[in-house]
Amino acid sequence: MSAITLKVNGQTHALDLDPATPLLYALSDDLELRGPKFGCGLGQCGACTAIVNGTAIRSCVTPVSTVAGKDIITLEGLGTPAKPHPLQRAFIDEQAAQCGFCLNAVILTAKAFLDKNPKATETEIQQALSGVLCRCFTHTRMHAAIQRYAKASAPAAEAVR
Amino acid sequence: MTRGPLVSPRRRDFLKTAGALIVGFSMGGEARAQFGIAPIPGSPANGQLDSWLAIAADGSITAYSGKEELGQGIATAQQQLVAEELSVPFNRVTLIYCDTALTPDQSYTAGSQSHPANFNHSNLAQAAATAREALFKMASERLGVPQDRLAGSGGVIAVKGDGAKQVTYAQLVGGRKLNLTLDPQARRKPVNEWTVLGKPVGRPDMPAMATGRFEYVHNVRLPGMLHGRVVRPPAVGATLIGVDESSVKGMPGLVKVVTRKNFVGVVAEKPWQAMQAAARLKVDWTPGVGLPKQSEFHESLRRQPSRDILLVDSGDTASTLAGAATVLKATYLHPFQMHGSMGSSCAVANVEADRATVYSSTQGVWYQKTTCAMILGLKPEDVRAIYRRGSGCYGLNGADTVTYDAAILSQAVGKPVRVQLSRKDEMAWENYGNAWTIEERAGLDAAGNILAWEHEAWTPGLGNRPGQNTPGNVVTGMLIGYPPAPFSPGAAQPPRAYSNNSNGVPSYVAGRVAGVNSGTGTVKSEKVLVHNVVSPFWTGPLRSPARLPNTFAHESFMDELAAHVKVDPVEFRLRHLHDERVIGVLTAAAKAAKWETRPSPKSGNRRTGVVTGRGVACVAYEGDNGYTGIVVDVEVNQETGKVSVKRMWVAIDAGPISNPDGLRNQAEGGALQGMSRALGEEVTWDDQRVTSVDWRTYHSLPLGFDLPAIECVLVNRPGEEATGAGETSITVIAAAIGNAIFDATGVRLRQIPLTPE
Repeated sequence: MSAITLKVNGQTHALDLDPATPLLYALSDDLELRGPKFGCGLGQCGACTAIVNGTAIRSCVTPVSTVAGKDIITLEGLGTPAKPHPLQRAFIDEQAAQCGFCLNAVILTAKAFLDKNPKATETEIQQALSGVLCRCFTHTRMHAAIQRYAKASAPAAEAVR
Repeated sequence: MTRGPLVSPRRRDFLKTAGALIVGFSMGGEARAQFGIAPIPGSPANGQLDSWLAIAADGSITAYSGKEELGQGIATAQQQLVAEELSVPFNRVTLIYCDTALTPDQSYTAGSQSHPANFNHSNLAQAAATAREALFKMASERLGVPQDRLAGSGGVIAVKGDGAKQVTYAQLVGGRKLNLTLDPQARRKPVNEWTVLGKPVGRPDMPAMATGRFEYVHNVRLPGMLHGRVVRPPAVGATLIGVDESSVKGMPGLVKVVTRKNFVGVVAEKPWQAMQAAARLKVDWTPGVGLPKQSEFHESLRRQPSRDILLVDSGDTASTLAGAATVLKATYLHPFQMHGSMGSSCAVANVEADRATVYSSTQGVWYQKTTCAMILGLKPEDVRAIYRRGSGCYGLNGADTVTYDAAILSQAVGKPVRVQLSRKDEMAWENYGNAWTIEERAGLDAAGNILAWEHEAWTPGLGNRPGQNTPGNVVTGMLIGYPPAPFSPGAAQPPRAYSNNSNGVPSYVAGRVAGVNSGTGTVKSEKVLVHNVVSPFWTGPLRSPARLPNTFAHESFMDELAAHVKVDPVEFRLRHLHDERVIGVLTAAAKAAKWETRPSPKSGNRRTGVVTGRGVACVAYEGDNGYTGIVVDVEVNQETGKVSVKRMWVAIDAGPISNPDGLRNQAEGGALQGMSRALGEEVTWDDQRVTSVDWRTYHSLPLGFDLPAIECVLVNRPGEEATGAGETSITVIAAAIGNAIFDATGVRLRQIPLTPE
């Protein structure tokens, strides 16, 4: 065990953890966050996604020692039920979920990708989600929600495209 | 928008503090009627109004249901239903579901039974209608005017034309219990008066889910809670020789190694510690019992001892086939498939000396109550099972088995324990959707009409939902020594009553049993024979169990018959159908797709390169519990074998539409899930163990795949009873894709997954 400092959703937490512990367990158990979830523990489905220094990562295979001090954002960090982030708002407006277990994966993966690629085409966005699963197959609505957000938040110059 | 406190207030306390009108019924047989199991004692009586509804002093309404939200949207629809019948805004209703201490026993949330059970003339709908009539009667007495001069809105009953004379529900109830029984004569609000039900009301859980605040069972945290991890056998049928506890001695956080017959698990302070201890624990097992060769599996089913069931038998199919101008035969194969939940299953149990509480995403909390009691050596009345949503499960994922895991480990350490399965343990040991080998045989007359249809199927099964007293139906129960439900071979008896619950009977036959035609089709010479055999793997209901594989066979074969006589596939179906609801969805889908009348395969397609085609299929789900017609357009690359579904048109009829957006979500998701199952999903194994144990080896279409455009046609039937909805589109999609591939290429694929060879 050793002292590890995690900066999650803008707050700093000093934790005493085995440095090899995957970030997921620090987030979901030590910090009791409900956004990041255990889906496969293998980095294959995306349920555990968090955004670290702007990049979507699979927290189930990311040792906590490698993200100490970095900016970690979870689904909770984007918005609240009363004041959701525009991307979360788009998912609510499109009713883009069934069981909702994959929303963490889908929303955070799309968010990190669009932050870096605000002019991304529909096909590029789809490709960015090629490693994310939704077993309820709410795919159509999820892509619609992401498109709704992407169009609304695209740089002004894109409006003429 | 988070869910309520972990430990719900006791109903009695709630009533005491809030003041309530309690509305109740006497229809205790509902659970029995649906699933053949009598209500489990200890839950609020189904016949009593107060089991279903409570109106608090502040006018808020709490509804109690035995049908849970799995992600299918039924909670929202139930909330709409209660708001509608009681003429209050949607948000004034709180819905509590599937807690054995608080809610009436409605058996499983399964089998597309929630919509029919709670939206017709019994249970929740009838409770709400009974409550409304009681409130109007009380208002009439209070205000001194006849009921027909009263109107209700927003929890207020007022005299028509004199708004000053009014009384609120809260004033009427004043904390009293009414002690009413459900009135089967209470009038439901007519569909044309609906203002809340029938509307696309958004799901109230959506904001919490989208912002990471929703409490899944995975997020349940109890004071002092520990974390468990199980160690499953390395091969099917392997049994425990011994556990070397010294192999994990001194590991950080380790609390206990637990063994019970063939069950092995560890408990630690933290999840990662439990995972590491489970991985390091040295366990000796016997070799497995060996598995049949997968490549010969479908054929081998025919040679096993079987328990046979005849669904229909006109007694003349052999002679009719012998006299037919043409006889066609085809064999269709469907693999074992997984529920494959996105999140591996999880449960939390708190087992004390004389009582237990389990938080479970099971689809049958009442049977967790009874079977956990068996496992723990407690009385059922001392076990409380509380539903908390898990990852979408589509039938019987690891939810039940992991609840047993948590209960066993909690009992062993005397503290609350949370267990989440590993991906491999979820996938290697879940109750798979059954494999099928299906033969279809039909005779045609010279004019191309079907004269006779024989369907003969072989399907392996082992275990199932645990039911009231069979924990051995899932893996953990077996590991601690409970056998699965016994299998006994036996010859088929003549059918006594018609049931097409399994969709074993094709839509195109008369379905004549006991002198009555109950089927949806016209073909009089008919025989449907099913051989149940023993499976090497645990099996259980996977979304549209039996119905999907049977419909794949029927609807593919119908297409083969149409192609043989060179008739348009929609036209050929219509020739052999008489049921107006099947006809309705079939023609609605065809119309939406601008279906061009012509036979398949499409003329002019080259036998190289990329070609396109269209396919159709339809079904009366379970014979009469939801209707879907579907048309798909596909593109097939004949060089690579890649199949791309470009467009889908889904027509769905579930009776009166309770929530059109929820219905559309189910139709879309079902079609795409069925597409993934049709194109890629298959359980694989070697001579010892299952080898499809993660998302590299079990192929689910990710969000990145080339999505078809989906158009839904919602067929509203306000004059009919509410039916199931969530398992209809998934039932027809595999056949429609197979038919479209044939239309495009002239090649008939008869085995799922539909892969190029």
